[in-house]
Amino acid sequence: MTVVIRVKNVSVMFGDRFVALDDVSLELAAGQVIGLIGPSGAGKTTLIRAIVGRQKIAKGTIEVLGLPAGAAELRARMSYMTQENSIYPDLTVRQCLRYFATMYGVKRADMKQQICDLVDMVDMQPQTDQLISSLSGGQKQRVSLAAALIAKPELMVLDEPTVGLDPVLREQIWDLFRKLTKQGTSLIISSHVMDEAERCDSLVLVRDGKVLAQGTPAELRERTHTKSVEESFLKLVRSAA
Amino acid sequence: MSLRKTFATALRVLQQLSHDRRTLALIMVVPSFLLIILKYVYDGQPQVFNQVAPMILGIFPLTIMFIITSIATLRERSIGTLDRLMTYPISKLDFIFGYAIAFAILAFLQAVIATAVVLGLLGVTVMGGTIAVIIGVVASALLGTALGLFMSAFATSEFQAVQFMPAFILPQLLVCGLFVARDQMAPVLQWFADVMPLTYSVDAMKQVTMNATWTGELTKDLLIVGAYGAVALLLASLTIRRTE
Repeated sequence: MTVVIRVKNVSVMFGDRFVALDDVSLELAAGQVIGLIGPSGAGKTTLIRAIVGRQKIAKGTIEVLGLPAGAAELRARMSYMTQENSIYPDLTVRQCLRYFATMYGVKRADMKQQICDLVDMVDMQPQTDQLISSLSGGQKQRVSLAAALIAKPELMVLDEPTVGLDPVLREQIWDLFRKLTKQGTSLIISSHVMDEAERCDSLVLVRDGKVLAQGTPAELRERTHTKSVEESFLKLVRSAA
Repeated sequence: MSLRKTFATALRVLQQLSHDRRTLALIMVVPSFLLIILKYVYDGQPQVFNQVAPMILGIFPLTIMFIITSIATLRERSIGTLDRLMTYPISKLDFIFGYAIAFAILAFLQAVIATAVVLGLLGVTVMGGTIAVIIGVVASALLGTALGLFMSAFATSEFQAVQFMPAFILPQLLVCGLFVARDQMAPVLQWFADVMPLTYSVDAMKQVTMNATWTGELTKDLLIVGAYGAVALLLASLTIRRTE
């Protein structure tokens, strides 16, 4: 297995007291959709921010694509979508994507094609020249996702990419994720919605800053003798208590 | 640093503002509007207005640019776009200078309009000439932009950012020599005025008003204003962290 992310004994503190991540160790395989699953406040976003190099870690090491997390060489090889939409409401979809693409380093000659491909991938062609503030919540989410797709990064780290999307859209986004992994892209997504978990290739269950369990959805169900990831999560929480 | 990315940022900031016509209109109109009011405040003392107007001309753009810049960068932090950009292959200076260039362009337009109103419409005469006035006004507006970029790092909400204006700019305004000549203030305040940047941008405007030639004092004032602006921009880039 090719490892895309290696987390070793990582702890993150907020202030002196609050332990956001407590001695977390993980090895995540490349070319998969990996789900960080857990309730809000579990530490998913903190782990994601540590992986993309935005969060200072108190202890431990994180390796991303063979380099230490936050290394400058990584910036053109991965993308990060935050939980907020992190797009400019007072720009049109085209202006916003063109800006991010320029900042990501897309060449001028490739720009037109790039923007075309991006709005195509998230099915937003009719809204390309609309102001982002006039879009619906789900549409904004897709623009934010499009920005994470710029220049086909090897690794995409997406914080709650499908939250608040309607079922049809969610299906489309998952089709897109599948297409991307087939092309070799690695995706890390977080979610607090358990039925999302069943679709991931591999899962990391997080709670109170600790990793409860790791494995494929089938493995987790089998190990806990349950029918769904939701039930196995609950069972794991109870047995840990 | 990349010129392409810096200019892309400047263009993006201007595009954002182009979708917010009311803000643009306010930026262009407010300083002139206030100066027109002031003209009639000094209705009985036109000579006093003639002395005060150029100084005020330097202060309004600084204040307005300060507020706008600090809110704009604060917003960038709160909507998460800065978070995203800090994982991008860019230099922090692309971001900072992009903002500085965009607001410099706005500041220039604002300065030209306000100068035209003060010198043309309101009939204020300055010994130093129009070009020198515009240079002085743009320099002080740029200083406002730089200070705003820097100070926004210390605000965690819009409420705080807005109050940095009265907390940070107004004290400088009180001691800059506009209300009372600096040598008549308490010594502590004189020292305070000596280290504060606004003092020098107001002093530059005073030099322009009183002297027909470009004085060494004016050069010194503008250099000090520029140095404060440059330092504020560099400090601003330090307050933006890749890792938090």
